[in-house]
Amino acid sequence: MAETFTIGKALNLGLRRAMEDDAKVVLMGEDIGKLGGVFRITDGLQKDFGEDRVVDTPLAEAGILGTAVGLAMRGYRPVCEIQFDGFVFPAYNQIVTQVAKIHARSKGKLQMPIVIRIPMGGGIGAVEHHSESPEAYFAHTAGLKVVAVSNPVDAYWGIQQAIAHPDPIVFLEPKRRYWEKAEVDTAATPEPLFRSRVVRGGDDVTVLAYGPMVKTALQAAKAAEEEGRSLEVVDLRTVSPLDLDPVFESVRRTGRCVVVHEAAVTLGLGAEIAARVTETCFHSLEAPVLRVGGYDTPYPPSKLEEEYLPDLDRVLDAVDRSMEF
Amino acid sequence: MTALSQATEVVDPVPGASSPHLPRQPDLVQLLTPEGERVEHPDYSLDISDEEMRGLYRDLVLVRRWDIEATALQRQGELGIWASLLGQEAAQVGAGRALQDGDMAFPTYREHGVAWTRGVDPLHVMGLFRGVDNGGWDPVERRFNLYTIVIGSQCLHATGYAMGVQRDGAEDAVLAFLGDGATSQGEVNEAMIFAASFSAPVVFFCQNNQYAISVPLERQTRIPLYQRAAGFGFPGVRVDGNDVLAVLAVTRAALAAAREGQGPTFIEAFTYRMGAHTTSDDPTRYRLASELEEWKLRDPIARLKAHLSRSGIADAEFFAGVDAEGDELAARIRSGTVDMPDPAPSSMFDHVYAEQTPPLAAQKAEFEAYHASFEGGEH
Repeated sequence: MAETFTIGKALNLGLRRAMEDDAKVVLMGEDIGKLGGVFRITDGLQKDFGEDRVVDTPLAEAGILGTAVGLAMRGYRPVCEIQFDGFVFPAYNQIVTQVAKIHARSKGKLQMPIVIRIPMGGGIGAVEHHSESPEAYFAHTAGLKVVAVSNPVDAYWGIQQAIAHPDPIVFLEPKRRYWEKAEVDTAATPEPLFRSRVVRGGDDVTVLAYGPMVKTALQAAKAAEEEGRSLEVVDLRTVSPLDLDPVFESVRRTGRCVVVHEAAVTLGLGAEIAARVTETCFHSLEAPVLRVGGYDTPYPPSKLEEEYLPDLDRVLDAVDRSMEF
Repeated sequence: MTALSQATEVVDPVPGASSPHLPRQPDLVQLLTPEGERVEHPDYSLDISDEEMRGLYRDLVLVRRWDIEATALQRQGELGIWASLLGQEAAQVGAGRALQDGDMAFPTYREHGVAWTRGVDPLHVMGLFRGVDNGGWDPVERRFNLYTIVIGSQCLHATGYAMGVQRDGAEDAVLAFLGDGATSQGEVNEAMIFAASFSAPVVFFCQNNQYAISVPLERQTRIPLYQRAAGFGFPGVRVDGNDVLAVLAVTRAALAAAREGQGPTFIEAFTYRMGAHTTSDDPTRYRLASELEEWKLRDPIARLKAHLSRSGIADAEFFAGVDAEGDELAARIRSGTVDMPDPAPSSMFDHVYAEQTPPLAAQKAEFEAYHASFEGGEH
């Protein structure tokens, strides 16, 4: 059953399987029908499932999320595609004041099994508002869960698990990795959705990443190995809730921790993780938890994005600084 | 010239501004004059029994009694805040009574009269304003959504729900409530675009009570609100919001059209908020006493009472009975509110998620242990 897919194809197949499994799954978004989405993630789905289940909506993000709330109340499971990360903000009100809070407001009488798919992050040479990393805004909102996949296996299973889950999930897709390939066993038993995973073992420094930065962290680990350093890489997979037990275990062994993400460093996920690791592993730490991330600037014009985005050299530099303590 | 047609001329920001390019808009629909005289309208008739007529009167009186009691309870410190519906009883009861059992209503935070018609216990509404929860009724069972505070957000929920009704092949319709201020919100406009685009079975019921807190209608629009519907491609109707019979007839017709697949309607219930926006504001700062006096002449309860009396549908004994029932209701609301227990402190952790997360479970356990460390357990 194992076949090699890109992340994009894995998402497409995962969506298809979720729609086959549950007739209540409805896809909604701009250009997701005949076009198949600007990244073609929904390619062919409207043809096979019809316009009522793969809905080309009016161009209105708040409208997509707000009507998804009503559909969820009526027993449907909406999967909303936001075309690019920077376009989610018109829907931000609906997501944080309604989608996230209706379960609590209704004391559990209303569930919001809504998936909000967002191609996130930079590195594709796009114009303004097409390259952002909004995960911290959502992770800061009680009632939401935030998943950030990094590979085709998690993309295939993760999207299905997110759709089947009873809570609203912001599902972040690493847009510059849509074309990365890996073998996916479509008959396997998937790993649980909200668990982090050690993706490379090592002894000197624990490196945490999620979404598009996992590959960068792994590249850094490979380069470090050539220099005689052993990095343990953890793919967080989910940024809310954080599953940090494997991280604590790793840090207790390595004594060092570096967090990598594309979003601006200040008040990003790295700040939360650094605080947690420090609280829990204080006596094991040989160095402060270090963060590698975007600068506190608007995402720059694409000719500068390679300067803005963490690359393996910046990760290795942080590893060096950690080792110097 | 009737009082209401005068009002229409005075309040319309651009009198007679209907564009020659648009189809002729319907005028203010009225079936009962402010003097209590029953009149006919060419497009809207109402076939209603005497018993139903008395029932509407009872609704109006009891809802007002509840509202007055709630305002008093807020003044006595028993509620954090209260959003009074005084003056809007006919708009809410008329719209609420137009709903059928399977229909779903999406309120703002002032639709106590609609809640009443849906069988929501007034004490659940009081609990929201007392701060014990966010509304204790079951929105699915009552077919009445929980109150939505962020202005206009519920219009999209209603539209999405109506899209679900379409997919289910059901014959239900959906009624979305909003105010005149909400018509300025982007989400309300998006709701109307989605509703029109998908022909969703949803009716937008706008209570134009003339003010968004302190800001008058003129700051929201330069045309009568019901004319906005034309821009979205569906009918807009202006109804006398202080005429419960007209509101019932117009809303029934709009819901029937939605049920029949004709898509949305926008209803502008032309009315007036007699009280403050909430108990926190002071309407004497932004409106004239003469305006209030003028609107008192169009009181929704007085006009129905006049009609019932003159036509012999109800007698003094009936009116006295309803008043007594109102006193009983007010007493029940008073004691029920005052005796309402505070929620358990740790309940704030419940229902954040359908599937609890380990970090939140740990936070709850820590919170409980902290409270248990005090003598007597939870504080």
